[in-house]
Amino acid sequence: MTTILEVNGLEKRFGGVVAAQNIGVSVSAGETIGIIGANGAGKTTFVNMVTGHLAPSAGTIKFLGANIVGLPPRHITELGLCRSFQVPQVFLSESVFDNVLMAYGIAEESGFSMLRSLRNKERDARVRKHLANYQIAEHEETAASALSQGIRKLLDIAMATVRKPQLLMLDEPTSGISVEEKFDLMDVIMAALREEQTTVMFIEHDMEIVQRHVARVLAFSQGEIICDAPTAKAMVDPKVVEFVLGQEYHVGIRSDA
Amino acid sequence: MFSDRTIVGVTIAVVLIACATFFIPDWVRQIGLLSMAIGSVALGLLVLWRTGLISFGHALFYGFSAYGVALLNHLGVRDAFVLVVVSAAASGLLAWGLGFLVRRYRAIFFALLTMAFSMILYGVLAKTERFGSTDGLNVHPPTFLGYAPVDQAAQITLFLFGLLVIYGLMLGVQIYLRSVLGQMTTAVRENEIRVEYLGYSVEHVIHIKYVISGLLAGFGGAIMALAVGQVDPESMAYWTASGEFVFVAILAGTGNVAAPFIGAVAFEVIRHFAWEHGANLWQLIMGGTLLAIIMFIPDGIWSVLQRLARKKDGVR
Repeated sequence: MTTILEVNGLEKRFGGVVAAQNIGVSVSAGETIGIIGANGAGKTTFVNMVTGHLAPSAGTIKFLGANIVGLPPRHITELGLCRSFQVPQVFLSESVFDNVLMAYGIAEESGFSMLRSLRNKERDARVRKHLANYQIAEHEETAASALSQGIRKLLDIAMATVRKPQLLMLDEPTSGISVEEKFDLMDVIMAALREEQTTVMFIEHDMEIVQRHVARVLAFSQGEIICDAPTAKAMVDPKVVEFVLGQEYHVGIRSDA
Repeated sequence: MFSDRTIVGVTIAVVLIACATFFIPDWVRQIGLLSMAIGSVALGLLVLWRTGLISFGHALFYGFSAYGVALLNHLGVRDAFVLVVVSAAASGLLAWGLGFLVRRYRAIFFALLTMAFSMILYGVLAKTERFGSTDGLNVHPPTFLGYAPVDQAAQITLFLFGLLVIYGLMLGVQIYLRSVLGQMTTAVRENEIRVEYLGYSVEHVIHIKYVISGLLAGFGGAIMALAVGQVDPESMAYWTASGEFVFVAILAGTGNVAAPFIGAVAFEVIRHFAWEHGANLWQLIMGGTLLAIIMFIPDGIWSVLQRLARKKDGVR
């Protein structure tokens, strides 16, 4: 399998505080990777650095063979590395349809073709199909501000995927969602992404979701990757148990077995 | 393009006004000319306003272009098309240059930075002998592709010329506003991060808007220079002129490309009659009007027209 993302020696310091250090990871096309870790472990910092939101203090990030350190987010997006946000970043006063339409417009036009009309029948059809993939078509007329948190998360992810990214990073797609909704939400997201064969990395706190959707886990603690292994192996890794899952969880698994 | 109600409506209105030109008194025509000039600048403000940006310094482009007309005129250029297009383009170019700086600012900083630039222009114009200092320069009546009308014919021709210009501006802005680039207005206003992560530069969007806006203000200034036959720093580059443009933009609302021109007509009419009722009273009347607009119709005259139209549709 081809490697699409290669990160080496990545480090981020805020003054004297080390938010991330010594991060090295390589991702192959087609993988689904879960990023776990306690709050403040450096998960979001990692995603922010890779997607150009934060400049790393040291290290290299290669995406599709090109060094992307120092590139602005829009260039990284154009290369095919897209992301969603823990707090959905959408255009609140606009309808779901218009949000996704804008995303399509920007993805499909460039230079002088940006002067083409945003709306046309073909583009409208593509937007509708995309909304259907993410099962938010019924909300298309609703303003983003009036959506429930779960639907707004879906919208955020739908907007991040209009370019059919090579690699998609999701920052806590299920945070702020009720337990009942969580699993369905994740099923919708993963089904849509599978259809596009998108490589995905997502941050997640719920181990049930991780085990259900993910083949490989990156566990973060205090700014470092403490474990990079297949999910089943990672779940019983002593360091992961100690720093991420906690003893109780460990005991729970044993009693099940 | 023919399915666009705005374009159809604007076209019909322009044709009707062009026909009416021959039958209206001179003073009404003059109010029309001034409204075209001020409306063009307000249209420029609309382009920025939809993105949540307000400029308190559009007199910069307005004055720059007006002086461009006057100076070219003194160099012997008489043709209205050349005068207006070259001067407005110069304003657009100025906006492009300054855009590299202003595109980095938002909100009050954006507003005041634009104002600062306009005050620099005012200072230069008022202090430079060659530009007539505070007295300004006069502008000779223009010719139109070799046609040199006099007296009333001159005013009628200029009116039709202005109408042609603003028609072009409205169409251009309407097409821009419908485009992917133009539709990024609300997007930029509401979430710059998302725009960047969709793959487009927010600063680029704002820079383009600023250039378009400067260009429109430039057209306004050029029309004004020809309409009054005179340019001076006080009425064309001082910050109070910028304030008037913002006033017109508030009065008009941002709902449609025709709104700034309707707002400008309202503004000129109010000013005209306020003046007649007393030179010292007119600021009071203008202030009261602004207060009433903000309190009762914050979305401007256009929103009232829209509501009326909707009511009519409902009855039908």
